[in-house]
Amino acid sequence: MSDMTIKKVLFEPVANNNPIALQILGICSALAVTTSLQLSLVMAAAVCLVTAFSSMSISMIRNHIPSSIRIIVQMTIIASLVIVVDQLLQAFAYELSKKLSVFVGLIITNCIVMGRAEAFAMKNGPIMSFVDGIGNGLGYGAVLIAVAVVRELLGSGSLFGIEILATVNNGGWYQPNGLLLLPPSAFFIIGLIIWGLRSWKTDQKEAPDYKMKAHVTKEAF
Amino acid sequence: MALMNITSPHAHGPRKTATLMRVVVITTLPGLFALTWFFGWGNLINVVWCSIIALAAEALVLLIRKRPLAFYLKDYSALVTGVLLGLALPPLAPWWVSLVAVAFAIIIAKHLYGGMGYNPFNPAMVGFALVLISFPVAMTTSWAAPASLLENPMSFFETLGTIFGFGSQAIDAFTMATPLDIYKHEIGHSIAQDVTQNPVFGAYVAHGWEWVNLAFLAGGLFLLIKKVFTWHTPVSMLIALTIMSLAFGWDADQATPPLLHLFAGATMLGAFYIATDPVTSAVSPQGKIIYGAGIGILTYVIRAYGSYPDAIAFAVLLMNFAAPLIDTYTQPRTYGYAKAKRGAKEAE
Repeated sequence: MSDMTIKKVLFEPVANNNPIALQILGICSALAVTTSLQLSLVMAAAVCLVTAFSSMSISMIRNHIPSSIRIIVQMTIIASLVIVVDQLLQAFAYELSKKLSVFVGLIITNCIVMGRAEAFAMKNGPIMSFVDGIGNGLGYGAVLIAVAVVRELLGSGSLFGIEILATVNNGGWYQPNGLLLLPPSAFFIIGLIIWGLRSWKTDQKEAPDYKMKAHVTKEAF
Repeated sequence: MALMNITSPHAHGPRKTATLMRVVVITTLPGLFALTWFFGWGNLINVVWCSIIALAAEALVLLIRKRPLAFYLKDYSALVTGVLLGLALPPLAPWWVSLVAVAFAIIIAKHLYGGMGYNPFNPAMVGFALVLISFPVAMTTSWAAPASLLENPMSFFETLGTIFGFGSQAIDAFTMATPLDIYKHEIGHSIAQDVTQNPVFGAYVAHGWEWVNLAFLAGGLFLLIKKVFTWHTPVSMLIALTIMSLAFGWDADQATPPLLHLFAGATMLGAFYIATDPVTSAVSPQGKIIYGAGIGILTYVIRAYGSYPDAIAFAVLLMNFAAPLIDTYTQPRTYGYAKAKRGAKEAE
């Protein structure tokens, strides 16, 4: 990978190699926090920072980590960063951190962080690793925000908690869609996003597992 | 000594999809008539409205997918989805509920998977489950009370106004919980004798519902005689539901009795019109029996222990998931082989 430029490493994960839409990582938190746009933004920022700094730190000591215990070392670094982010949120945005509850702590189990450390930071320099972490955080955030806009707007008729579609309960006309407040709806939306993305960038399509033989007789048609 | 003098060829005329679908639509008419007779104009309006949306949505997707419009519209499969949803949705469901259900069924559940014959889930039930979870209030409070229990039943135009939201009807005066719903919630703190005092249960099983279900049963039996589908799925589903409710709900003071399970709610519509969908059900006779029994068992379990009063849609969708697996393990023996080739073995 000699043709790596900062721009490419930064923006490749947003559309071409999106961690959620192509690698199908980090789905769990994408289901959990996307009921509100605000939570999604905070979550995206947290993942972005953790991925960037953990990738950078791991990349700096990558030549000193014994290969047999590298996962433990990576986990330790990621866990420390997650604790820092969690404490920062509790200190400066207590309400938000209460709403995000366990999901900030669970960034440690987010496959994106681990995946980037293992796949990128162990092979590349600290600056590139940092940029790669930011880029993957952006890709994660982009999907999160897209899902959250749909879910919050149609599920509760608001964006950032500000009412956009006046709901029936408040004397308006809009009947909020209860399904969109439930986690499964995020699956549907992510599925539709993936479908749209793969129709746009056809090289992301996977080869089918099998192919049906063409029908030869004409009567069935 | 020939007993029968029929000369070859013994071929039947080809059965087109359109013919089958048309028969299916026609045989739902007695059920639709019963629904209209007992519960007012709501279902009739819904059926027409849902059919219009279904055909419009189908045409729209076909245009986008650049498929021949007339060819696919003429197979009536979209019409069947629309009619089934119109029959299944609550009679006084607002127009946008039907719109969301039908549009989702046709566009997402049917065409995004490849269209007629490729959909893994029954489109009508996907639409129904979607609106049931999305708009629980509209879906549970829009069941019309039996017309004969009302002092002034809704006229055709009042019903139209209620559904399309331009009338100023106080809808609560014309709606009532379904018998299954009432029985399930009342029996917890009452005995069967008191619960069935409620006029919604009527003289026999459940006011109006028993005739609706008998009408669908009659339509279904006609389809069975015409060999539109085989007996395996509906019979095994009904038997499984009966056995489950006899085994776990034999005490009418504790749980909903078997007759109510069979003749109230959507049981017959589900057994004969929804579970038998040839695309989404299992294929082999043995597989169909397992598939139908699964629907019956799940219907009972969700009705009795879940939070929804009726469960056909969820049960059918869950078994749709299982149908390919069932098919893998129930391949019949091919003529010329000693044993059936079953399970996920590597094909030689």
